[in-house]
Amino acid sequence: MMDVGRHPNIELLVYSEVEDVSGYIGNFKVKVRKKARYVGEKECTACGECAKICPVVKPDEYQMGLSSRKAIYMPFPQAVPSAYILNMADCLGNNPIACGKCLEKCEKKCIDYDIQDQILELEIGTIIAATGMDVYDPTELDEYGYTRYENVITSMEFERLICAGGPTEGHFVRPTDWKTPKSVAFIQCVGSRSEKRGAPYCSNICCMNTIKDTLLLADHYPGMQCKVFYMDIRAFGKGFEDLYKRSKEEGVQYIRGLPGEIEEDPVTKNLILRAENTTTREIETHEVEMVVLSVGVLPRRDGDVVQKLLTLSRTSDGFFLEAHPKLKPVDAPTRGVFFAGCTEYPKDVKDSVTQAGAAAARASIILNAGKVKIEAITSRLIKEKCTFCGLCAKVCPYHAITAADRKNKVYPMVIEAACAGCGACAAECPVDAIKMRHFTDEQIMSQVEALLEKDSQEAIVCFACNWCSYAGGDMAGTSRLQYPPNVRLIRTMCSGRVDKKFVLQAFKLGAPLVLVSGCHFADCHYISAVHWTQRRVERLWDTLEQKGIRPERLQLEWISAAEGQKFAKVMRGLEEMLKAVTREEIEYTMKVLGDAKEVTPEPSLVAVS
Amino acid sequence: MLIANFAFCIETETLRRYKAVSKNDLRMGVFVCECGLNIAGTVDCKAVSEYARTLPDVVAVIQNKYTCADPGQNEIKKAIAEHNLNRVVVASCTPKIHEPTFRQCVAEAGLNPYLFEMVNIREHCSWVHQNQKDRATEKAKDLVRSGVARARYLETQDEAEVKVTKSALVIGGGIAGIQAALDLADGGHKVYLVEKEPSIGGIMAQIDKTYPTMDCSI
Repeated sequence: MMDVGRHPNIELLVYSEVEDVSGYIGNFKVKVRKKARYVGEKECTACGECAKICPVVKPDEYQMGLSSRKAIYMPFPQAVPSAYILNMADCLGNNPIACGKCLEKCEKKCIDYDIQDQILELEIGTIIAATGMDVYDPTELDEYGYTRYENVITSMEFERLICAGGPTEGHFVRPTDWKTPKSVAFIQCVGSRSEKRGAPYCSNICCMNTIKDTLLLADHYPGMQCKVFYMDIRAFGKGFEDLYKRSKEEGVQYIRGLPGEIEEDPVTKNLILRAENTTTREIETHEVEMVVLSVGVLPRRDGDVVQKLLTLSRTSDGFFLEAHPKLKPVDAPTRGVFFAGCTEYPKDVKDSVTQAGAAAARASIILNAGKVKIEAITSRLIKEKCTFCGLCAKVCPYHAITAADRKNKVYPMVIEAACAGCGACAAECPVDAIKMRHFTDEQIMSQVEALLEKDSQEAIVCFACNWCSYAGGDMAGTSRLQYPPNVRLIRTMCSGRVDKKFVLQAFKLGAPLVLVSGCHFADCHYISAVHWTQRRVERLWDTLEQKGIRPERLQLEWISAAEGQKFAKVMRGLEEMLKAVTREEIEYTMKVLGDAKEVTPEPSLVAVS
Repeated sequence: MLIANFAFCIETETLRRYKAVSKNDLRMGVFVCECGLNIAGTVDCKAVSEYARTLPDVVAVIQNKYTCADPGQNEIKKAIAEHNLNRVVVASCTPKIHEPTFRQCVAEAGLNPYLFEMVNIREHCSWVHQNQKDRATEKAKDLVRSGVARARYLETQDEAEVKVTKSALVIGGGIAGIQAALDLADGGHKVYLVEKEPSIGGIMAQIDKTYPTMDCSI
């Protein structure tokens, strides 16, 4: 931690939050709010005189509320930067009648009530998201009586109680009588591996953390009786099994079976646990003086903020989705963004450090190369066709197209560096005056036509966006989820690229069903392009209805990259719908659309950007 | 009757399109990957290869056990030279994994990487229709046909190169963020480490000792 504070290449921005990220790999523009600390970070010598005189007493967050701090305080003794902070929400204010004592006391004059939040604008090449985890709050597990029984604590509170820098200076005591307990029970999987409460996954770290805790107790208090109630002990890492053995050799009792309930003895405040020992198949009762709930790891509650800032996806467990679970485990789907630590999945210190090293190395590759190639999938304007309607500029989520001016014959212009290639402009342009490189109308139309060349009545045409739905299909494949083989996917970068003429052409050529699928609104990799998908599909439903075609034959689904299950389910659903589409219906559709104006586009003219 | 009519329409239309582009003298190579048994265990790769041979403009079809491996890539390069290919279609896995591999491969053989097209007959076919081998094979043929159709319209592209700003942002100052920031900074890069709380350290700083070494966390 100290190394970070003094490293000449690191600019440490604590008490700060990222507010906005724009741009792309190699060229991100990041807005950071540096919140007012009200104490000069560099000037403060951490003498502590201000805190001594401060009259406000609040629970200390660092000590898990087991001791108190003042309104002006040091987060913890080894904090980096080593400076006090004034919490304005707790402070009585700089009114001589009310308080203002710290201001008077500070000799260095580094307290300033008038400091404002600062907005910093940074130019960034690569980003590493190491936004961490949250800890499960076991209050909802009524049977364990956390908060009802004082002697039931969490593993995080245990850490503070056993720590020499903790509120009891490392004397492990129970809250009711401040005496060292003679017996302690640990309960595993609290908030983990449960479909009903907490999280369904294994939190990875709690087994080893408890084993470590029992060894600490055995070391500090020989003879203390420790019992661990568990489902499975997962000691899978290097050196882990040795620790587990050592713990058992120290006399720690491991009991396979989680307690169904805990009761408190009203007099002694001891705790009575009832559990089925699944090894002996007997209901056992254990009385201990203290209980530690080994709480699980949760994704951060503010994950959706980070998700939006960096256009990420999350798996069903709430952690961020990697670009590939095996081959790109530290890369985010957004190019130039990498993951480190628990933001991706629960990890212990060693794994966090390992992944951080990998993320740093991945980021260095880009920084060292000094340049990156941008995929040639951006849009180009075909001036000859443009009618100056201005729709392209309106739909562009990146404002990468300048406005048209019909009067002065000013053509819209695509700023290529800002274009991300979603294709919403090309799909919306009523006169096909925009060409998406590598995803041209001709290329996509030719795929539609080829897929429906034979047995068209059986072929369900599915347009899937590259980032979510296509990847969701990949996930279904990787998971070997079986579904009927009638679906034929066409990949576009964004569902916003799906032009209405693609859909109409598919129906015209005899497709029984068409599916347009994209990212959930929050996951859209092109900010808001998916909104245009929805509007367009809604308009198409109207068109189909007007022509006497059942709008249900055009389906719209949002499938994320992590939703392999949903992808397979949607595909199975389509198969069911397929049965309801009659041959007459298809023939009628083909006739109606065939009689209508030609929907195929003219081969594009020379592209002019 | 209607359907027949439409089929006829498609044909003439497609022919017109083929003709328009075949001025460029399209020479396509289709490479069907078995991926060990991952694809070949379900899809009849030989039938798919034979079918690919019947598609217009396809002048070379090669079936491989692993197209992504060096021998497979060498086959692609060899075929580009031998048959003077100007379009390459690989039917294998998801482009999310190997599109960059194959783009690089054709580029090395002197072909613009955007004249490469990938058809996913693994994640979207063999792995998800394991119990319907015949229909999976038919689907694979359809997907190859679609890929070949798209490949006809592929155009050479030039990728723009952009400069990279020589700085990194690390969001979060827990153990992972600290380590990542230090590694990058030690490598000589400018790093901005943003932490929400008034001190770095995160949850790790609240832990007394850490396993497996049983030493202090701070």
